[in-house]
Amino acid sequence: MTPKTVLTLTGLSKRFGPVIANDDVSLTLHKGEVLALLGENGAGKTTLMNMLFGHYLPDAGRVEVADAQGILEPLPLGHPQAALAAGIGMVHQHFALAENINALDNITLGSEPLLALRRNRAAARARIEGIIARSGLKAPLDVPVGQLSVGERQRVEILKALYRDARILVLDEPTAVLTPQEADTLFSNIRAMVADGLSVIFISHKLREVLAFSDRIAVLRHGKKVGEMATTEADEAKIARMMVGADTPKVARDQIAAGAPVLSLTNVAVKGRSERESLEHVSLTVNAREIVGIAGISGNGQSGLARVIAGLTTPDAGTVAVDGAAIENPTPARMVEAGVGRIPEDRHHEGIVGAMSVAENMVIERLDDPDIQSMGLLRREAISENAARLATAYDVRGPGVGAPARLLSGGNIQKLILARVFERSPRLILANQPTRGLDMGAAAAVGQRLLEARARGAGIVLISEDLDEILGLADRIFVIRDGQLTQAPTTEREQIGLMMAGVAA
Amino acid sequence: MTDLLNILISESFWAASLRIATPLIFGVLGALLCERAGVLNLGIEGIFVVGAMCGWMAVWLGAGLWGGVLVAACAGAIFGLLHAILTVPLGLSQHVSGLGITLFATSASYFTYRTALPNVSSPPRIEPFQALDIPVLSDLPFLGPVLFQQTALTWLALLMVLLVWYVLQRTGLGVAIKAVGDNPDSVDAQGLSVYGLRMGAIVAGSALMALGGAFLTMSAFDAFFFGMVNGRGWVCIALVIFAGWQPGKALFGAVLFGAFDALQVRLQTEMGALVPGQIFLMAPYILSIIALVIAARSVDYPRALLTPWFKGQR
Amino acid sequence: MIRIEPRAATSKTFSIGVPVLSALIALGFAAIPLMAAGANPITAYGEMFKGVFGSVFSITEMLTRATPLIFTGLAAALAFRAKLWNIGGEGQLYLGAMAAVAIGSGVLDISGVLLIPIIILLGAAAGAAGMAAPTYLKIRFGADEVVTTLLLNFIILIFVQMMLEGPLQDPMGLGWPQSAPVLDQGMLPPLMDRMRVHSGLILAVVLAVIAQFMLARSVWGFKLRAVGENAAAARHAGINVKRSLYGVAIISGGLAGLAGVSEVAGLKGYLTADLSPGFGYTGIVVAMLAGLSPIGVVIAALFIASVFVGADGMSRAMGVSSFLADLVVSVSLLCVLVGGFIAKYRIVRSEKAGSAT
Repeated sequence: MTPKTVLTLTGLSKRFGPVIANDDVSLTLHKGEVLALLGENGAGKTTLMNMLFGHYLPDAGRVEVADAQGILEPLPLGHPQAALAAGIGMVHQHFALAENINALDNITLGSEPLLALRRNRAAARARIEGIIARSGLKAPLDVPVGQLSVGERQRVEILKALYRDARILVLDEPTAVLTPQEADTLFSNIRAMVADGLSVIFISHKLREVLAFSDRIAVLRHGKKVGEMATTEADEAKIARMMVGADTPKVARDQIAAGAPVLSLTNVAVKGRSERESLEHVSLTVNAREIVGIAGISGNGQSGLARVIAGLTTPDAGTVAVDGAAIENPTPARMVEAGVGRIPEDRHHEGIVGAMSVAENMVIERLDDPDIQSMGLLRREAISENAARLATAYDVRGPGVGAPARLLSGGNIQKLILARVFERSPRLILANQPTRGLDMGAAAAVGQRLLEARARGAGIVLISEDLDEILGLADRIFVIRDGQLTQAPTTEREQIGLMMAGVAA
Repeated sequence: MTDLLNILISESFWAASLRIATPLIFGVLGALLCERAGVLNLGIEGIFVVGAMCGWMAVWLGAGLWGGVLVAACAGAIFGLLHAILTVPLGLSQHVSGLGITLFATSASYFTYRTALPNVSSPPRIEPFQALDIPVLSDLPFLGPVLFQQTALTWLALLMVLLVWYVLQRTGLGVAIKAVGDNPDSVDAQGLSVYGLRMGAIVAGSALMALGGAFLTMSAFDAFFFGMVNGRGWVCIALVIFAGWQPGKALFGAVLFGAFDALQVRLQTEMGALVPGQIFLMAPYILSIIALVIAARSVDYPRALLTPWFKGQR
Repeated sequence: MIRIEPRAATSKTFSIGVPVLSALIALGFAAIPLMAAGANPITAYGEMFKGVFGSVFSITEMLTRATPLIFTGLAAALAFRAKLWNIGGEGQLYLGAMAAVAIGSGVLDISGVLLIPIIILLGAAAGAAGMAAPTYLKIRFGADEVVTTLLLNFIILIFVQMMLEGPLQDPMGLGWPQSAPVLDQGMLPPLMDRMRVHSGLILAVVLAVIAQFMLARSVWGFKLRAVGENAAAARHAGINVKRSLYGVAIISGGLAGLAGVSEVAGLKGYLTADLSPGFGYTGIVVAMLAGLSPIGVVIAALFIASVFVGADGMSRAMGVSSFLADLVVSVSLLCVLVGGFIAKYRIVRSEKAGSAT
């Protein structure tokens, strides 16, 4: 028996200016199957799904969706409303939830008449509770969504789609914000829903979960579909090769003996505005010539830790010392002066001033330097010479060092920041999610630079949500959970996963 | 001290407070609607002027009082639509656009007034709204004079508080407006129009603001003067923050402000010999700043306020 | 279907073309109210032109009118560059003017060589204080400076009235609410015989040139631009954002204060509560038309002063209300906003490719 087709994408293409996001992509989804859409960051997975859902209008191609009777009908493109009506539900990586209203309102938003004088909340609630009972997607309905946990918010997102009778569910990187254990729960929920007749596309770049939970795999690279296979025929090496086009570049790492401590945090506590920023009695020593990896689920205090080391937050208690000297009232300027180089988590928001030139962004941390200014006036020739030199040395490509930095691609912005940081030969480097959103080549280059800095004698704090990255680069690994830091006794992936989840290790 | 107490328990004082609060109630509600949907409307000061001028002129031209109210609301809505186009689909700076609307609306009103009445030194008067005299209720002790001897526009303002509260709290439209001011993607993902909701809220909010202006020329006074709005719009922008974007608290804030203003007028007459009168005139503006400073840290701004949203850019 | 896409880079042509075009469109738009008022637009524009460029006197009047607008325009432009929304230029202007008459009308009877700089410095300091206070409230309490500076305008104006009926009232003024005149040696020297244009204009232009240079070439300007364009990145990079904001607040308020000094000690000679017909607010339009560039402010101020002076002349000749000038000014602000949008984005018409509808 041939499985029933519920969705076909035919020849979808999309350009953003000079960038080709999708090039002639075709896909088929069958009823009751889980299709994994696999690819590197920037391979065009999300763009493809945004076209399916009507957020983007494709430049070419068409989409057909099975209606309630199972007959394929063309889908009008560029209209989220039409996609919703056709039974397509999408759960974005960044949740599309209003935090000031509760889950019930978020779920029913848009499916009830706007102008009715009374809302039939009782009926809506009964229906949602029915869906929860069938799928196991538990979430509190009456609390403002702002107070829910990440996992609960994701369940609300899925409930939103199911409430609208979605027959096809698209999940964009659903596990990025979950612990391995939460992810397992999610996948068993998905299995229950699929058994109920739902068809699922899930987007991922994690080979492991794709192999474990999908029925079929489609691989995208540079906007093109480069392969498709049943999961039973796939293995890790095969699909990794498809994703990157060649064998994954492995970063070579030598063993070197660590030196003297360059960073000491002693009993540092931060009472942040949110849990993301709070730290409880964190002590951490980072030595010269070592990379310390900080693993953890997003939102467990990573940004609090990073802000302390970057000088953006003054701890409420505890001391921060760089190279043995305590830093009183840390500010970003004092940390830079003490020899700390910082690679920020959000490179567009904190790393560069997009409207200013590449050259200016390269000197923004050293405005007191007499090479850069004299008597308060900028030495413009020195600034552009410096920029030209760094652009060559660090391979920063773009429309020139005089152009606004926002015109650079993500990878080149990161190279700009690396150039700025490494050029000062920092004693300590804070690398917060340094490869997030970069393609594998650019990510490997970042890893290489970090190892070079380590060989040169720097100590490095590597904060990453990508456990593989930490396992590949770090000499010692800590796990951050609820604002507390614990050294991992092993480099065993499973063990660290349990620690990240807060299950005793 | 007993003087102050006498003022605070007098019926006429509270009647005056509610009267002074009326234009502010309209204004705060209007600003609240716009900001709940995520758009700051600094056009408010100019829209007050437009409402005052158009409402009054319509009546002067023979439209009747309610006709004037309608004209004022429509004029406010038109300027609101302009602000909506500039700030929502075009996503321009809400600060600058709003100030531009205020300058444009004010100069357009003044020009129209001057062109219609080139050579008058004192503007022609109209027969304004009279206090509604409701049998029985008006004769109630205290509440009678305070509540039931106000003009119809004050009643309309109180009704609007209820209406805005009901819409925001009890209808799907209200949920959508709150959601679009918190996270436009949440609305877009559910197939509702972010642009439509935001523009609609701005247009409706601006119409309310214009009614605040209309109250000035059609109820508080009986003619149009240059400079008569005198910063009331800006006060509303401060009050809406003080009110934490809640209609009930907005009413409370406006009446509190009205009471303070009424109090300064009375204190001025009693203590005028001791203190320069301007101290009292300044007080309401200073009070607004104090209210803003107190509220600023503790309130939750609508998360998407001031952030433009473009279709297809997530 | 129509979509909006950002342009890769904003060209120079746009940054000059947009304001010029906006001004022209605003003038063209004014034909509608002109016709509504029963005037022939062509004749009216002719009268406006004559009103500005018809004689040496009218040109000097235009320059006189432009002087305070350059100051308030610079005040707005610099603050806006740092995304500090100083809408309080009007109030700061009055603070500067008050300081000028307080010190200049007889308290210090010294030679002009000393008195003039003292008046200028004190006036600027008063204006600076008027912007430092709301900046403090913003940084310390998170109180939106747009609202506080707007409300301060009203507070300060009432305060001026109080002073003019109290300590600052001219004892020889027959009870009028006006201040004693600034001493003769304290007045900014006129630039031409029997004309009102005064050396405040020179000061304004020189400050504009200095501001332009400092913005582009100094570390101070670098930090200011960084704070305005991306405060989070500036802070991360070690720039003291609060200090930058206070710095630009003081300079912005000081410049607005100088507008008041220049009006009192350059033009009127004494202070009244109607010293400014909204120069502080118009300064915001000047700054926006100038694309927040200091040199651009000079040009935009000349344009707007021409509109005002020309409209006055046209009004006298044709009996059309001079509020027309305010209309032109406000519409040119809205046009330049839209123009800025067109310079930044382009509107793309895309075919509904592949759609089966």
